[in-house]
Amino acid sequence: MSGPAIDDVAFAELQASAGAEFVDELVDTFLAEAPRMLAELRAAAEGANAEAFRRAAHSLKSNASTFGAAPLAAMARELELGGLAAAGQGSPLAALAAEYARAAARLAELRGG
Amino acid sequence: MADALRGPARLLVADDNKVNRLLLARSLELQGHSVACAPNGRVALEMLRDGGFDLMLLDMEMPEMDGFQVLEQLNAELALRDLPVIVTSSLEGIGHIVRCIELGAEDYLTKPVNAVLLKARIGASLEKKRLRDQQKELVRRFATPEVAEDLQQSGFDLDGRRVDASVLFCDIRDFTALVESQQPEETIELLNTYYTLMFDAINGHGGVVNQMIGDGLMAIFGAPLPLPGHAASAVHAALDMVELIELLGVERRDAGRAPLRIGVGIASGELIAGYTGTRRRATYTCIGDTVNLAARLEQHTKTAQRAILVDRATRAALAASPVAVEPLGPVAFRGKAAPVEVFAVASGPPPLARDG
Repeated sequence: MSGPAIDDVAFAELQASAGAEFVDELVDTFLAEAPRMLAELRAAAEGANAEAFRRAAHSLKSNASTFGAAPLAAMARELELGGLAAAGQGSPLAALAAEYARAAARLAELRGG
Repeated sequence: MADALRGPARLLVADDNKVNRLLLARSLELQGHSVACAPNGRVALEMLRDGGFDLMLLDMEMPEMDGFQVLEQLNAELALRDLPVIVTSSLEGIGHIVRCIELGAEDYLTKPVNAVLLKARIGASLEKKRLRDQQKELVRRFATPEVAEDLQQSGFDLDGRRVDASVLFCDIRDFTALVESQQPEETIELLNTYYTLMFDAINGHGGVVNQMIGDGLMAIFGAPLPLPGHAASAVHAALDMVELIELLGVERRDAGRAPLRIGVGIASGELIAGYTGTRRRATYTCIGDTVNLAARLEQHTKTAQRAILVDRATRAALAASPVAVEPLGPVAFRGKAAPVEVFAVASGPPPLARDG
């Protein structure tokens, strides 16, 4: 994925409407929760659990858009709509994890920045 | 500002995702509301049943019990079916939105939820709830719990239906002269006493007062809820009404005032019952020949000099009862092609004479 991991304008809007300090806490919550969602997504793909797969992708998409992580949200959305078939041989999941790492790094920078 | 004036609302946020839950709760708290959170539909329902919530923000995608199941359950529970629900979801597809609205959701907001839009939607929903609560309170004050319940269950269904029921009309004899002879305050006080007594007698026999105009009232026995033996119930209510008015007369005589007399007309048969008006403002009413006849019978009590007059159908329902009925013969009523047989129900002697 090209382009910035986090849309700075969207993130600033979030800070303006919810308060910067609160958004810091929210980022912490996301960074704590997201690895579990990625793990669930992987486990669901391996176990061929279509419902769990869709739900995990849906959660990740929803939270990614909250923080303005547009590329991450778009990738999660593709997995949500495409279902297990979209996971393919695992490379889309690896790409998603990489994009998450990029978004997480940028959020950590923005947090308190 | 309007929110501050009206006091904060108590809102419930149901969402399984912690980030979403925290962010929604934060937005709502910044708007001055008090917020509680539930991680899934099952917990949300338990919290709602404990009461005290004005509105719920509901996520669709949740473990244990999802948003659709919550909406279905809310519809099934009388105490919860009027709770405004705003769905906040990032589910794809217009089909989901349509289904939520069909299940009674007030609105559907796509995540991430825009704070300004959220505020506007919540303001509108709470305002609607206030109007509905006011309306419910009015219904409660002017009718019995049965009507209030029927209204809620039918969801203000404005379609009429045919019912078998009895209609009772009542008014105070020479009311105009009475009004002119006393202070307005006294008239209001008298009317309040009169209505209290009449409601007691009518509700006590399963009837529902659905109209009050001046000193006149109309009551229905057998609708909105069916009432076995509705004709006999209406007659017994009328007997109680006359007796209560006689008791009131004794009190008034002691206070140096003129006694009161009422006339009651009852007719039984098929009528069309339903809510008329708009969804905002509806009254339960009945129309049909039976209703017209009951009104004519009530007017005829003046001419016949009897307190209670009934039609043949009502009289037939009294066959097995000890109530004394006297046939007065056929009477030609305005608007009726053929003369109608009229029967007078003997209202008992004054209660003092009956004691012992």
